[in-house]
Amino acid sequence: MSGNNGFISIQNVDKYFGSFQAINDVSMTVGHGEFFSLLGASGCGKTTLLRMLAGFENPSSGEIYIDGQPMSDVPPHMRPVNMVFQNYAIFPHLNVRDNIAYGLRKQKLPKARRDDMVDEMLELIKLPHYGNRKANQLSGGQRQRIALARALILRPKVLLLDEPLGALDKQLREQMQLELRALQRTVGITFVFVTHDQEEALTLSDRIAVMSRGEVLQLDTPGGLYERPQGREVASFIGTMNFFDGQVRGQTAEAISVEAAGLGVLSIPETKGRFVEGESVQIALRPEKLELMDAAPTDGSESTKGVLQNAAYLGERSHYYVKVDGHETPIAVSAQNRFDGSFAVEEGKPVWLTWRDEAAVVLR
Amino acid sequence: MTDQTLQSGSASGTAGPRAGWFGRLIYRSETARGYTLLTPALVFLGVAILVPFGILVVMSFWTAEGFGFDTTLTTHNYEQFFERPIYMALLSRTFGISGMVTIATVLLCYPMAYYVAFHVHRNKMFWLVLITLPFWTSYLLRVFAWKVVLGYEGVINSALLSVGLIEAPLEFLLYSKQAVIITLAHAWAAFAILPLYVSLEKIDKSLLEAATDLGDGPVRRFFRITLPLSLPGVISASLLVFIPTTGDYITPALLGGPDGAMIGNLIQKQFGPINNWPMGAALSIILMLCIAAISLIFIMLTLFVRKRIS
Amino acid sequence: MSVESYIRKPNRPLQLYAAIFLITLYLPVLFLPLFSFNDSLYVRFPLESFTVRWYVELFARDAVWNALWNSVRVGVAVALVSTTMGIFAAKAITRYRMPGKGPVVTFIMLPLVVPLIIFGVALLVLMSQLGVPLSLYTVAIGHMIVCLPFSIAVLIPRFEGFDASIEEASADLGENAWWTFWRVTLPMVGPGVLASLMLTFTVSFDEFILAFFLSGTQPTLPMYIWGQLRFPQEFPSVLALSSIIIVVSFVIVFLGQWINRGAISASTSGDAS
Ligand SMILES: Nc1ncnc2c1ncn2[C@@H]1O[C@H](COP(=O)(O)OP(=O)(O)O)[C@@H](O)[C@H]1O
Ligand SMILES: [Mg+2]
Repeated sequence: MSGNNGFISIQNVDKYFGSFQAINDVSMTVGHGEFFSLLGASGCGKTTLLRMLAGFENPSSGEIYIDGQPMSDVPPHMRPVNMVFQNYAIFPHLNVRDNIAYGLRKQKLPKARRDDMVDEMLELIKLPHYGNRKANQLSGGQRQRIALARALILRPKVLLLDEPLGALDKQLREQMQLELRALQRTVGITFVFVTHDQEEALTLSDRIAVMSRGEVLQLDTPGGLYERPQGREVASFIGTMNFFDGQVRGQTAEAISVEAAGLGVLSIPETKGRFVEGESVQIALRPEKLELMDAAPTDGSESTKGVLQNAAYLGERSHYYVKVDGHETPIAVSAQNRFDGSFAVEEGKPVWLTWRDEAAVVLR
Repeated sequence: MTDQTLQSGSASGTAGPRAGWFGRLIYRSETARGYTLLTPALVFLGVAILVPFGILVVMSFWTAEGFGFDTTLTTHNYEQFFERPIYMALLSRTFGISGMVTIATVLLCYPMAYYVAFHVHRNKMFWLVLITLPFWTSYLLRVFAWKVVLGYEGVINSALLSVGLIEAPLEFLLYSKQAVIITLAHAWAAFAILPLYVSLEKIDKSLLEAATDLGDGPVRRFFRITLPLSLPGVISASLLVFIPTTGDYITPALLGGPDGAMIGNLIQKQFGPINNWPMGAALSIILMLCIAAISLIFIMLTLFVRKRIS
Repeated sequence: MSVESYIRKPNRPLQLYAAIFLITLYLPVLFLPLFSFNDSLYVRFPLESFTVRWYVELFARDAVWNALWNSVRVGVAVALVSTTMGIFAAKAITRYRMPGKGPVVTFIMLPLVVPLIIFGVALLVLMSQLGVPLSLYTVAIGHMIVCLPFSIAVLIPRFEGFDASIEEASADLGENAWWTFWRVTLPMVGPGVLASLMLTFTVSFDEFILAFFLSGTQPTLPMYIWGQLRFPQEFPSVLALSSIIIVVSFVIVFLGQWINRGAISASTSGDAS
């Protein structure tokens, strides 16, 4: 999606607040029309990075390019980006129409044209009859839509969104996620979206940068992050993950052979990394890639024997926790409750776990 | 869409060169932005305070010579100050009066601030505005009003006379130290109440509950919790009353008589009828130095108290 | 809960004290209007008959009108200039991280504490050394020293009262600093600006100490009153004039504070000193 000359290009950016380093050598590119997310726990520097794109903070070193232009001397009001603030920052002294039309002043449009544009925006955000309300007469979701409309009416090259759904309740948030994604497809503007909610990021994004302590840990598609996390931090931040200590036994061009505590020897397809024999690694395996059985598999696939410790019924699926020899923490297994005669739960019952080796990920 | 992007594209392209080094500095440095906005105020106050003050210091080392000045630098004025007892006496009386005013004001205002902080629940704002309102209005007229009240034929005397409580007007009311103290305390009450109120309002009410819970009665609770916690407010209120009143000359001039004169009157006279500006300048500097020393003590006291509270 | 209500239970002696305090605060000043309607040259009880002749007499005096006009000109100029500077300074103080902010703020607020006589004589000395004749301009300069910190103190809570992201949103939507100021900042701090204008005007209008040292041949209204205090026969007309000034000042200041009441409660919940 993005070439080397990405639409937004962030190059070796550092940001210090006094002696505190909020952003540490971040480089990335965002493609045109991409829905790009910055994902990370609170305080990891997402807002700071976004504010540097908007121009409210300056990088301490490094450079940001938007559409090929270096941004370091371009103040916020001259940047081809618009932002949806975390608190929405709706102008409290203006009504909804005037909020949405705020940025149009410089275009010196005839009033009728401007009214049309505002009407169009109100239609787009599904608030057609709210034009004359004051900011304090709006709900959180409505304010969020107005902040969106106010920015989109200017047709920015990039829309920056700082946890725009964070203040909404769960149901509204899920609805807004769908609308936001549809909206982005409709307008075709590049979105840079900040969130600390991994599910939200996975649902919405074309690509995600996972951040921690001011650094980008991994930049990948949602599927890539989920299936091939690079490092334990990303693996545990996105979804649930079982980790096993392991030792490299050998490597060929296509696969690597690892002996993992509690699982035995696995042959994992791995072409990128180079490992030496005897190296300590970790094996990561998602709960839903494991299968739980009453008896040892007869088809000869990999399996390990354990004891069922407990289970949690979650409606569409259940989580089971299995203790195996050689591995301290119980292994989480997720299974869909496909038939109502779901897996019989009986603590202390012996069970077998099976998996496919290509589902496992080797982490250094 | 293209309109907007083209505009901003071209704008950003030319922004760098057109903005120049100053524009870039302003955009890049928050400090530069802040001080640019502060420049008018700082330049004005610098010119209107620091420059004159510097000249005042220089002048205090001159001497008066007829209608002009002898500009050779000498400590003559300062020697005069220490040699002639009248100056010292006036200065110590000034601090005595200001001290009394400060104590009276803080003592009288504290219960009022306490009342608004703890016992007014609705319309707190209205109360605060009402209490501080007189402070903003003419100081001269408020002093003048006390002259009307305390005068020889004034409100109090004539009221007592007409009721028959006294035979002849009470003379000590006007033109006395007491008159000055009463008037000054009254004039500064509206100013002193704010810091007191703020420090009382900030006290965490759960601390008071805890004290009561641990068996303290209202009086013990007040002396063990409320008063110590409001001490910073008491100290800043004291400072805010003490310092300005040391330089007052209107009240003593209108109500003080010979017994109630303060250093401010003498300074004013040096620049008026006596026409010895260098001496007036020296007296002003001495007053400022004393104030600075006393403020320093007050501030150290505040820091000490703050440290003990936290 | 019961403890809370125990602390908050009405305290009769304290209520009585508060009432007496307020009455004492206002009573002396209220004698001025009282006696200004008294048909007697002397300010004393018992009151004679009611009259408005002292007021009527004032209207006939050119000197009063001149002094009033002088005071109004100075007051308006001082209010406008110090509030304008105050807006910029208050914005800088509340919005920007910068080294040396603490000492700078202390310096700006100094005139609220330092005896005004010092500023008066210092400016007088400066003007005489520069050969600048005393005039209404020198009075205005003196008044601005006091009014600027007042204006800033009134405006800071206003700026603190709204989030900086509102101004950032304006910049983000394409407005430069100038337009952001007119379209967002000013409307948001509007009540504070109005309050600052009204308070600084009143402070200047009523100020006497600095005017005493810095006015030339054109007296301000307080200077005029001071001059009249020497003549016992002028006492009633001074009372009438004072009453007008006090009532007008009270009204302006009350309105100013009331317009700005949201910010006052915000500032008093912070730190005053
Ligand atoms: N203006 C600032 N001054 C000092 N530190 C800041 C400032 N803004 C952010 N920080 C610090 O930088 C870190 C990252 O903040 P932020 O970007 O807001 O995180 P996030 O949005 O990911 O929660 C935090 O530790 C925060 O305390
Ligand atoms: Mg954030």
